[in-house]
Parts: sequence; C-alpha cells; structure tokens
Amino acid sequence: MVDKSLELFDCGHRACGGCGPALAAKLILKGAGEDTIIVASTGCMEVFSTPYPETAWKVPWIHSLFENAAAVASGIEASLKHNNRTEKVVCVCGDGATFDIGMLCISGAFERGHDITYICYDNEAYMNTGIQRSGATPYDASTTTTPAGKLSTGNTRPKKDLPQILASHGASYVATASVAYPMDLMKKVEKAVNTPGSCYIQIHAPCSTGWGFEGGKTIEMGKMAIECGLWVNYELENGRLVKAKKVQRVPVEDYLKAQKRFRHLFKPAPLTDEIAKIQAIADANAEKYGIDIKLKE
Amino acid sequence: MLQIMEGSHAIAEAVRLCRPEVVSAYPITPQTHIVERLAEMVADGDLNAEYICVESEFSALSACLGASAAGSRVYSATSSQGLILMAEVVFNVAGMRQPIIMSIANRALGAPLSIWNDQQDSIALRDSGWFQLYGEDVQEMTDQHFIAYKAAERHDILLPGFVCFDGFILSHTYEPVDIPNQEDIDAYLPKYVPYNMLDAKDPISMGMYATPEYYHEFRYEIDQAMMRSAAALSEAGKEFGEIFGRDYSEHVVPYRMDDADVAFVAMGSICGTIKDAIDEMRTDGIKVGLVKIRTYRPFPEKEIAKALGGVSAVAVLEKNVSIGSAMKGAVGPEILHALNGTGIGVYSYVAGLGGRDIRKKDIRAMADLAAQGKGNMFYGLREEVL
Repeated sequence: MVDKSLELFDCGHRACGGCGPALAAKLILKGAGEDTIIVASTGCMEVFSTPYPETAWKVPWIHSLFENAAAVASGIEASLKHNNRTEKVVCVCGDGATFDIGMLCISGAFERGHDITYICYDNEAYMNTGIQRSGATPYDASTTTTPAGKLSTGNTRPKKDLPQILASHGASYVATASVAYPMDLMKKVEKAVNTPGSCYIQIHAPCSTGWGFEGGKTIEMGKMAIECGLWVNYELENGRLVKAKKVQRVPVEDYLKAQKRFRHLFKPAPLTDEIAKIQAIADANAEKYGIDIKLKE
Repeated sequence: MLQIMEGSHAIAEAVRLCRPEVVSAYPITPQTHIVERLAEMVADGDLNAEYICVESEFSALSACLGASAAGSRVYSATSSQGLILMAEVVFNVAGMRQPIIMSIANRALGAPLSIWNDQQDSIALRDSGWFQLYGEDVQEMTDQHFIAYKAAERHDILLPGFVCFDGFILSHTYEPVDIPNQEDIDAYLPKYVPYNMLDAKDPISMGMYATPEYYHEFRYEIDQAMMRSAAALSEAGKEFGEIFGRDYSEHVVPYRMDDADVAFVAMGSICGTIKDAIDEMRTDGIKVGLVKIRTYRPFPEKEIAKALGGVSAVAVLEKNVSIGSAMKGAVGPEILHALNGTGIGVYSYVAGLGGRDIRKKDIRAMADLAAQGKGNMFYGLREEVL
C-alpha cells in the first residue's frame, strides 16, 4: 500500500481554480506513490506545473514533446529494467496528446508491452491552445474549431473508444476513472502501476474554462457525467469487462445544461433531435457496460 | 589486427564496444545493416543491451531520450527520411542536453524518392545542436563513434552527436578495418556517468517550459557547449590516437596543400576520389589541394581559414543543396565567412545528389571552373534541363 497522505503534486502551480486535471495529478500520485517517474506530454498540465525554474512535481518528471510520452516512457522502462531499478513509469498526458497526435507512439509502446502505465487526463478538448476539438471531444460540444453556428450543432463525431483500442493491443489492465470519485481513481492507479505490462487509465477531468462552468462545480460536473451515463467508470482486465460503476441514471439534459459548450442545444430553442442523439449515446453506454441499477418491482 | 569488414558491421562492432545499455532504431536503407547486426549481438548475448524495436524513427529517438534521461548510454542509427521524421526529437534531445550518439548513413531526401547517397539529411539538421562528424572511410567512421561518445558525455559538453558517413559508398563497402579490443575501449570510454537523471531518490523535473525571460539563455548555453565541444572532440581524438595509433585531434585534414593554387573543401568519402584526382592533376603540373572537413558542427572556422590561407580559389564540393541560396551549397557560405577579407574566391559546386557518381574528371572540371572564378552552381546537369 502506498502512503496516500503524501502530497507529491505540490501547491503553487498555475492551474485555473477548480482545475480537474490538477486534481487528477494530485490523485494519480497518491495512487502511484513516490517511487514513480512521471512522463508528461506538452499541454495544459505541463505548462501550469513546470514554469522554469519552478516545478510542482515532487517525483522525477520529464517532458519531451507533445506526442512522444509513450515512446520516452518505453526508453525509461528499458533503462530501469537494464539496471534492475524498481520505479514505476507513469505517463500523464492530455486527451489531444493521447487520442490524436500521440497515437502512433502509444500503439507502439502497448504492442511492445512495456511495463508502463499510461494515464490520459481527459478534459475532452485541446484546452492549452484555447479549446479546440480532439478525438475525445463529445458529440455536439461547441469548441473553437467545431463552433455551434447556423449550420452546425458543434462537434460532429462521438468520442473515440480509446480504452477499447488499447485493450485490443493486449493491455493487461484498462480502466476509466473520474476526479469526482477520488478513492476509486487512486485505487485504480495503484492497481495499474502494480500490474505488469502496459496499462491504461482514462480519467474524466472536467475543465471549467473549456466546458464553461463555475470552478467550484468540478466535482459536481464529474458526478453528473457519471449519473447520466455519458461517462462510465469501468475496468477491463486482459480485455474483459470486470467491473462498471452502476447508477440510477438520469436524463442527459441537466448535465448538458450545466455547461456552456452545450448551451446551443437549449438556446434559443431546444434542439430535441440533437439532445435525443446524445441521450442515445448514454443509453448505448449503459447497455454496453450494464450500469443501470434495476430496482425490484 | 586488420579485418575485412562491411562498413555497417564495423560500426556495429564499435557500438558493441561502447556498451550502450539501450539501443532503439527503425529499419531504413542504407542504415539497416547496423541495427540488424546489433540485434544479432543482443540475441547471441554478445551485447548486453535492451533492444527496442520501435514503430518509427520518431519513437526510436524518443525512446533513446527517455533511456538517456534515466541514466543509460544509448545508441540509434538512421538515414534520410528517418532522420527528418525524427527532426522534432533531434532538436529536443540537444535542448535537453542528452549525450546520445547516432549514426547517420547519409542519403538523399525525397521527393523524388531516392535511396542513394548525398548529405542533405544531416546537413538539413546542422542547426539542431548535435555535433556532426563525417568519416572518409570505414576505419575513420568506426573510430569516430568512440570519440563521439567520449566528448559528448563530458559534463562540460553534454551534447548529442551524429557520426555521418556516406550511405552505400561506406555503409555497404568492405574495407580492412582495425576493431579495438574491449579492454582498451573500456579504459578509453568508462561507464557513462550522467550529470543528472530521473531518479526517485533525487527527484528533478526535466524538459520544463521556459518563458521569454529564460529561453534565450538556454539556447546560448547550448551554443556555448557546442563551441567547447571543438576542444573536447580534439582531446578525445588525440587520446584515441595515443592508445590506438590513429590520431583524430584535427577537425580539418589538409592534403597536398603546401603550394596549392586551388583548394577543394569536401566531407566524407568523396575525399578519396578528390585525392586521386589531385595526384593526377599534380602530375600534369596543376597545383591543387584538399581540405577535408571532419567536424562540420562545431564549424572549425579558424582551422579552415589557416588551412586555406595562400590559395587563390576554393572549390567547395557540396553533396547538399540549400535551395534558393546564392551559393547553392550549405557549406560554401561558411567557408566564405572563414576567408572573409582575404580576397580568396570561394565557389560551391552542388554535385553527386541522389547517388550520382562524382568521377575524377568531374573533380578536374570543378578545379578548372574555380580557377576561372565560376561556381555556385549545380555541377553536371543533364542537358535537357538547361
């Protein structure tokens, strides 16, 4: 068991108030422990946590480029292995770095089966450059590259199923988590770093700036995503679903209404067809992962 | 003891003797024989290294960066498109001051696709912060690997380096070569001692971002280290000579320069052809010499100025093109700067691109052109484009 009282991601960083990714970093290190080497990608977290000459990281930390964290981690792991060192190698990268530009390196690292844990803090768009769409952006979200407009209802594609893609690479352990459920998140990180082989965790990390909600509501936003079924917390072991958080699902409207990125679905008039499509995504999630709590008659 | 060995295999032997802990590379012609041989060495237990079969050159150098940051001596090799695919990491490695050594089997860049030799690939990355050594023959390019590691890993240097050699012409040619023994190399090149590294017992952050208040000075410090590396490479080359009998303390090597009117400047295997052409021209009473550049980065400006002092014209043989530039070749302007104020004419001749042969008669023709003050041109173009 790691000592969860240790604060290995220090205060004083430059994140926005209520930053989901900053909370994720803190919790990831509580789960991974101090015997950890962090590999970062370029992105919000890298920029707000390591403005030279200051750093928020109290464990070894390296950043090279936007897209190569998994390859850098592969090299670190090989070096550690060669020298019989025991540190855990953990990538902590944003969804743009993970879903889009870093896919080649991630696919290579997972296919080779390096003993690394790759964690994506998923805030569902390129936030560092000003809220552009990524492969993790949900359907109909308005971003600066998929703005809602007279002919557009926002992002035209659903979120890429990256956990499944990496499970198909033969990842030993794949999990999703949310900053709104910190105990679950820490437990999953601890499990991943202690599971041999390549492991992947995707953490839902609400971004108040990018999604458009008050910074005090980050946890609430994370919980609402789970409660409506648009985000599911689950675990895959050797590709098989072993656990998914069950909920008494509520309709997606309240979650959507709470964020500016979906405001165009309700104002000036509700786009009921679009809302129905998003509800269908939540319904499909519920079906796929079996998360609906069935009450007895 | 001399052995007949393919260039690529001689390099693999040199790399084995340097004891890298991690090797990561991706196959690309004409580099591939090096990493195939290294893979065999690992498979047979002759090289105790982690060999990472990556999915791209981009990841090859990224993995090397990670392993180097974790404290290992690492090795990679590439060519051409592979090097250019790596380019983002190439700059990054220098900025992060990781002393990685990479062999470059020089090859042209597409389009059009060409698998044959020129030096466009490494020269395109001359500003990346890696020192660049060019070998003339199999022995020289083999020895340069030992020297490169020794200089790169010094804590007052900490820069990565390319060891460049002409693809196919040297990589696939069998020549007699002396491979040092392990004991001597271990004494010459002891285990790598990192200046700092990723270590949970002593955590540091590497590769942070720098605001305009700091970035400028980081680049200055890389340049300062590069300028210091001239002496480090020279010292490493001298010490190598004292142990192994082959001295590499000089960054430029003159050939029949004492009374030369026209001097060639060139890098790599073409120097051999130039020397033969010079011998023939000398028989005909034409006073021609050669200044071979061994170290292209850091650029040995003073040594070049000294070696070329007294000539009337300089012919720079360029296996590269800086498209849109006045002199056409990338090396020429730096020679011109070295000779600034001397009145010596400096002329670039872009030749041998994409593997086209450069023959002795071409060398003679370029010497004639330089003597007439004509140059800064593509040499030997097919008539239909004229």
